[in-house]
Amino acid sequence: MVNIVVLVKQVPDTNAKIVVQSGDRVDLSGVKMVISPYDEFAIESALQHKEAHGGTVTAITAGDSSADKILKDAKAIGVDDLVRVDVGEEMDSNALQQVLVDAIQGLGAEVVYCGKSAADTGAGSTGPGIAQRLGWPSVSNVVGIEYSSPLCVVAPMGGSSAKIEVSVPAVISCDKGDVKVRKANVKGIMAAKKATVQVVSSTPPPSTVQLVRHSMPPSKPAGKTFQGGDSANEVAKLLREEANIL
Amino acid sequence: MATIVIAEINNNKIHDTTKELITAAHSIEGQPVLVVPCSDASIADEASSFDGVRQVLAAKSSVFSSYDAAAWASALDAVIPQGTIVAAATQQSKDLAARLAALRNISVVQDVIAVDNGELTSPIYSGKAMQTVRCSGDAVITIRANVFGQVSNGASNSVQVVDTSGQVATAVKEMIARASQRLDVAEANIIISGGRGMGNPSNFSHLEEIADVIGAAVGASRAAVDTWDEIPHSMQVGQTGKTVNPNLYIAVGISGAIQHLAGMRSSKYIVAINKDADAPIFQHADYGIVATWEEALPVLKSAFQGMMN
Repeated sequence: MVNIVVLVKQVPDTNAKIVVQSGDRVDLSGVKMVISPYDEFAIESALQHKEAHGGTVTAITAGDSSADKILKDAKAIGVDDLVRVDVGEEMDSNALQQVLVDAIQGLGAEVVYCGKSAADTGAGSTGPGIAQRLGWPSVSNVVGIEYSSPLCVVAPMGGSSAKIEVSVPAVISCDKGDVKVRKANVKGIMAAKKATVQVVSSTPPPSTVQLVRHSMPPSKPAGKTFQGGDSANEVAKLLREEANIL
Repeated sequence: MATIVIAEINNNKIHDTTKELITAAHSIEGQPVLVVPCSDASIADEASSFDGVRQVLAAKSSVFSSYDAAAWASALDAVIPQGTIVAAATQQSKDLAARLAALRNISVVQDVIAVDNGELTSPIYSGKAMQTVRCSGDAVITIRANVFGQVSNGASNSVQVVDTSGQVATAVKEMIARASQRLDVAEANIIISGGRGMGNPSNFSHLEEIADVIGAAVGASRAAVDTWDEIPHSMQVGQTGKTVNPNLYIAVGISGAIQHLAGMRSSKYIVAINKDADAPIFQHADYGIVATWEEALPVLKSAFQGMMN
């Protein structure tokens, strides 16, 4: 029986338009929040690990009560237990990882799955960071897993990829692999409605990275548009003579 | 307080992006110490000519022959002085940066594209917005490629070799040959990508032919990857695929969903080919061609062939 943890994070739907308001902060009001896409692969991997060896899967997130929704989404997909580490906004990586590690140790987890990066920051720091703090090995950007003992994972290595053995306890950060992720079914959705979220308090260390501002990316001047396939000649010429490429 | 640059190693050589890291380090604070992780110290010799470094340290250990996050972090931690650490924002070095930061109980700021007066700016939401932060105290900072200029060569730094070690916790059982010998979109200077407008995955062969002429990688939109099993996720450009930064990006039969734009909008030049004149991709293109790919690609191919000969 393995005590399995999967880390999940709520992020704006990747099709959402991101707007920065005059207060120099991204305005996410009215934006649909979802489980970060790579976390779905982590959930799938955690569930397959449980199916191979038995045990429980606990989904953990850090956030305020708005994050309970994505924990219930994870429940609908099939995880067993839900834990939210209650934190305010704006924490740096050091503070966030510390409160997650406290929760993981509190549960006595034996293996942790997470997405390779979250769709908001794209940083990819949490998996390797918590592994270091737990004193565990980690493999990141994993695209395939055999649930043997030790685990055998496929991950990028030196411009190619490799089969890598790693013993638990370990942190596995998941990329999109060949595996199809399961979706919520009716039974899962009913279970999610009744599910309770265990809220744990946290005492994060002070953050040393402070947010100064959000801004929109610089916009590009309008380009030139041509009609018809023959204009590809003209475009090829411009790429060489105007853009100095090719 | 020293700033430390960790050299980016690729194919047993110091990658040129290391010279960009040194430039970025100057904007943070003074001349950095350059640390070269290596199993054979001779690869650090190349750095003896790099301008703008205070000192070159070859951190020598057998652990650096193959990547293990925990071993690399502890072997580097043992030789790197206290201070702000700068590394490349590649997949592997971002992983290492997060480990090193956690080991030292400091924070990590990833994917930095601008350093200005102590403020660090990174793209968030895959480039749909920017985030600017300020660090008090030491941090580990990763820097995106092709943003900062490279320092020149001309110095004659001495290279100091320091032996170090770490505990390897994972075991590489087998290297897996790449399914395709094609250039990876993450490494390419030119990318030609197809979307669902290609109609059929076998039509990607037309993109491959052009890619061969101009030395490009072939990419795909999420719609194409999701629709056709023949198009692997490794080709996907966009928010849930790869974020790319090439000199030239050619989008064929791609409408320009926000998801896709997020992954390629920072390309230096964008060419769009789409039969729908109202496709959002045209708003981001330097050069747009309103035509079917069947009409435009043969013309583009022969034009490129003419130029390359």
